[in-house]
Amino acid sequence: MAIIDPRHAARQLVFERIFRGATLSAAILVLAVLGGVGVSLVHGAWPAVSHFKLAFITREVWNPVTDQFGALGPIYGTVVTSLLAMLLAVPTGFGIALFLTELCPPLLKRPIGVAVELLAAVPSIIFGIWGLFVLAPVLQRHVQPWLISHLGHLPGIGPLFKGPPFGIGIFTASLVLAIMVLPFIAATMRDVFDTVPPMLKESGYGLGATTWEVIWNVVVPHSRVGIVGGVMLGLGRALGETMAVTFVIGNSHRISASILAPGTTISSAIANEFTEAVGDLYTSSLIALGLLLFLITFAVIAAAQAMLSRLERRSGAVA
Amino acid sequence: MSRRSLRKFKNGVFLTLSLFATLTGLACLAAILWTLLSHGLAGMSWHLFTQMTPPPGSSGGLLNAIYGSAVMTLLGILIGSPIGVLAGTYLAEYGRSSRLSAVIRFINDVLLSAPSIIIGLFIYEIVVVRMGHFSAFAGALALAVLAIPVTLRTTEDMLNLVPSGMKDSSAALGAYPWRTTLSVLYPAARSGIVTGLLLAISRISGETAPLLFTALNNQFWSTDLDGPMANLPVVIFQFALSPYKEWQDLAWAGALIITATILVFSISARVLLALLQAERGSGR
Repeated sequence: MAIIDPRHAARQLVFERIFRGATLSAAILVLAVLGGVGVSLVHGAWPAVSHFKLAFITREVWNPVTDQFGALGPIYGTVVTSLLAMLLAVPTGFGIALFLTELCPPLLKRPIGVAVELLAAVPSIIFGIWGLFVLAPVLQRHVQPWLISHLGHLPGIGPLFKGPPFGIGIFTASLVLAIMVLPFIAATMRDVFDTVPPMLKESGYGLGATTWEVIWNVVVPHSRVGIVGGVMLGLGRALGETMAVTFVIGNSHRISASILAPGTTISSAIANEFTEAVGDLYTSSLIALGLLLFLITFAVIAAAQAMLSRLERRSGAVA
Repeated sequence: MSRRSLRKFKNGVFLTLSLFATLTGLACLAAILWTLLSHGLAGMSWHLFTQMTPPPGSSGGLLNAIYGSAVMTLLGILIGSPIGVLAGTYLAEYGRSSRLSAVIRFINDVLLSAPSIIIGLFIYEIVVVRMGHFSAFAGALALAVLAIPVTLRTTEDMLNLVPSGMKDSSAALGAYPWRTTLSVLYPAARSGIVTGLLLAISRISGETAPLLFTALNNQFWSTDLDGPMANLPVVIFQFALSPYKEWQDLAWAGALIITATILVFSISARVLLALLQAERGSGR
């Protein structure tokens, strides 16, 4: 019964090893890329980090002429724009997800879902150019003067809305960011809402609850982890978003109390200044900014992924 | 107000708000597309595709930028997607439940959402600094790094959708896993993997940040992969922020071209995926 030719079998085994080795090395390359990103950023940032030490992240000064660099301005700008964007995008995204899963006529469900996903496919530079030429003038002429005259004198929140209406600045950047992360948040929340077992919702309706009561008391608690995961994923996007912000932030390293004033973010500072940076310390400081951004976004995205994958496993176990 | 009508009122308020949220999202998309069309179509002409980017204050086209974008995107896909597909194959076939795969899956998801400017800095450090100058090749590498996670994820998902009976049948005939993968799994998951490629193309062809300090820009026609090369996103960035009317018009035209291209790719990916699901749904 010599059906199997031993030479043939041996050759098959060689191919098998080659193929397996190729797939394994490609998989390991993915790990290596992330490791390489970390190592190369640390290497590039080292001159700045060893020169300024911890003061790098606590100082506001950013002066290429005297070679003094501190990251507080960009850190502040990144955090504030992202948080403001989330403040606007999370409720809106929640609303869209809710509309798509609970209210939308089945006929419109697909088109609207696709439209939201198309918004996610629009490249960020388009949001930037749109923000600069369309959104900023509108804000400057109509929205910001109103904010300044109506909210600028209130105690407590007044200082947030002081100063001339620049058009560009932290506020405009936050708005553009909010529009950009909206589709990610909406899509993740929709997917999470879809994992809620219909039985649970039916039970709620059976007890006489209104649609909103079912959503708030059944759907939301059941998909809590996924909602937080989706929000964190959106936050990770917002923190690292570069081009859209670069167009409308104004690139000022000074921290201003007013959200209408120009500012800067980590990514927009790198995008604006990297190719023009002369001197090792300047370049290195910008890479150090990149390292900071890498660490922050890595933490946020990793947390988001951990939450979402826990959810996936759970819903997998139920189904 | 009775308790019942209060509840109904609250219900109505929140559902109306959710309708408004959806309308807001759709309005944003419409506003962006409308601006693109109205500004971009005004600047559309044959010159865009026949002339180079002009010096300030004169008219010209975007030919070198379009060429550069096409070359770098293509090269990025050619380098990145085989790695993504192979790694996805490993996760789906060889290391389905190993510890290493779990780590790689996690890292890949992180890379999928990592800021692209970081990837630009990474390539700058390991390629541009080593070579001593900016180059189209470095730009293509940066795009390749961005293409890997997209293709990996789709490939793994699509291979997992192939019925295990097909794999078992192949194994029962005495085929080694490599043979099964190449002759049974890849053909079965073909349209899914192509979807991944389309998604990767639409992801990387609009990327600007990673090209800023890898491929840089070039005002002239260049086919030299070893030197700076013009590309649409960076040209749009520079021209839009310039004070010259001609440059701004070109930026809008470029923005329209790039968005249209990306939407075409991403819509065809979606259509392909829908066809795939329909095929599966019909009981094949």
